[in-house]
Amino acid sequence: MSEFVVTATGLTRVYEVRRGPLRASAQLTAVGGISFTLAAGRTLAVVGESGCGKSSLGRVVSLIEKPSAGSLQLTGMDAVAASPGEQRTLRRAVQMVFQNPYGSLNPRKKIGAILEAPLAINTTLPPAEREARARRMLAMVGLRPEHFDRYPHMFSGGQRQRIAIARALMLGPALVVADEPVSALDVSVQAQVLNLLADLQQDLGVAYLFISHDLAVVRYIAHDVLVMYLGLAMEQGPKERIFVRPLHPYTRALLASTPALGGVGKERIVLTGELPSPLDPPAGCVFSTRCPHADDRCRAQRPGLRLLDGRQVACHHAERLAGPVPEDNAGLSLH
Amino acid sequence: MAGLLFVIAILLVAAFANVLAPYPPDLTDNAVFLKPPAWQAGGSWAYPLGTDAIGRDMLSRLIFGARLSLLIGIAVVALAIVVGIALGLVAGFFRGVTEIAIMRLMDVILTLPSLLLAIVIVAILGPGLMNAMLAVAVVVLPHYVRITRAAVITETSKDYVTAARACGAGRLRLMLSEVLPNCAAPLIVQASLGVSTAILDAAALGFLGLGAQPPASEWGTMLADAREFVLRAWWVVTFPGLMILLTVLAFNLLGDGLRDALDPKLKR
Repeated sequence: MSEFVVTATGLTRVYEVRRGPLRASAQLTAVGGISFTLAAGRTLAVVGESGCGKSSLGRVVSLIEKPSAGSLQLTGMDAVAASPGEQRTLRRAVQMVFQNPYGSLNPRKKIGAILEAPLAINTTLPPAEREARARRMLAMVGLRPEHFDRYPHMFSGGQRQRIAIARALMLGPALVVADEPVSALDVSVQAQVLNLLADLQQDLGVAYLFISHDLAVVRYIAHDVLVMYLGLAMEQGPKERIFVRPLHPYTRALLASTPALGGVGKERIVLTGELPSPLDPPAGCVFSTRCPHADDRCRAQRPGLRLLDGRQVACHHAERLAGPVPEDNAGLSLH
Repeated sequence: MAGLLFVIAILLVAAFANVLAPYPPDLTDNAVFLKPPAWQAGGSWAYPLGTDAIGRDMLSRLIFGARLSLLIGIAVVALAIVVGIALGLVAGFFRGVTEIAIMRLMDVILTLPSLLLAIVIVAILGPGLMNAMLAVAVVVLPHYVRITRAAVITETSKDYVTAARACGAGRLRLMLSEVLPNCAAPLIVQASLGVSTAILDAAALGFLGLGAQPPASEWGTMLADAREFVLRAWWVVTFPGLMILLTVLAFNLLGDGLRDALDPKLKR
């Protein structure tokens, strides 16, 4: 066992896109070489706008799709070249929570059957034991015992998401990939579900790969942050470092775009244009087409990730743009 | 609702045919050829709906005909739905060459006029009730395959299928336990509508002499037997025709009602 639940190195996912009967199929690089590690009991938040590849990354890490290149180790086992037997073990190590709680529960099955299904598939437990475990899990996510025999349409969005979380935890996974788990919920319910996730993490020591576009949510739940743009990591590191002193122009733009009270004097960065097509990414830095600081070097040469001020950043001009180190660099005044 | 009541009534009539019918369906009475219905001059209450050209009681034949016609309708739909679901599931799950092969084959079946194709199949297999049912089943098969495939494709893109896959559910479990129950609503509607099509097609084959063979009291065959008496004895053609019409109408109404009840998109 390694100390990390997930060790991803240069994870890449390329899709073949057909553009017509007469044209050659194109390569769409959804994830273009992402590396990160995630330890038990920690939360890594993947942040980025729509289409940046964060969901594809989640699908690769949760073994729903195979990576096109790169290596992925889950609980110390190689997930890319796993034998069928190892794959079954790995299946139990990583589970997923989806964005839309209305689509992620089978409408024809009772909650009990939904929760027992992972056990029925992966274990040889007797039915009575399966039911007992499912009922325990139902209580853990804050639902009442009588909910066991109800159908998904009888529940609200927040309750459904609790059920989805319960299902993900049924097999005792080391990692839960949560793809925008609270984006479809009301803000008041979001807080409940986030608290539930945090409590479960404390009790079970599970690691989360938390995919989100909502920086307020990320600020609340994450330990580490990975900012993605067009399939590449722009900046990654501890949450405090990144939120207090973002170094990459894209991270700064993202942070500036979160609405906040009393934001007088806050730097306002408005990005113009749209995400470039991932079928035809810019030659140099992928962000150069929208970056206010881009120069000829940015347009010609793609910057790699490099260590700077306690986090990794992919920008040629990070030092120049970041400005002086703020007084309270510890950045512990977040909560 | 009316459709459901009539379908239930027909089902009961078919089930208790031997109790309800005053005579056996193939009993001939030499004394009464082409006797008119009871309320017409020359009719008698011994034969309420009259008799046919060889003195068989129309009412009894209609009652036993219900048994045969319903059997045909239900058997055909059952056969088509089982094969159709299997092919549709396979096409919807295994995309690519398998899907193209199945769907193009179904398109070929659909391009031929249904009755013509049924006649061809019966001509190859030989006339008879079983072969007629088989032929009608083949003719209606594409509808079930297409409906199943469309529903499967919509459902498989939903997250609960991905969730089941992430749990390690096998293909068979995904198909039968997760996806199929969610495809049931349109299939049930199509099946109830399909019974009427099957009855109609089987009656048409019977009328052409390719389906149920005389003396079997199938409604279409009864019509065919009575062709030459259309002008002299209206009742021998009217009553079987009326039965076909009412039964088909009832199944169509039932299908519409089921669609309203099961399809959430039509609910207001």
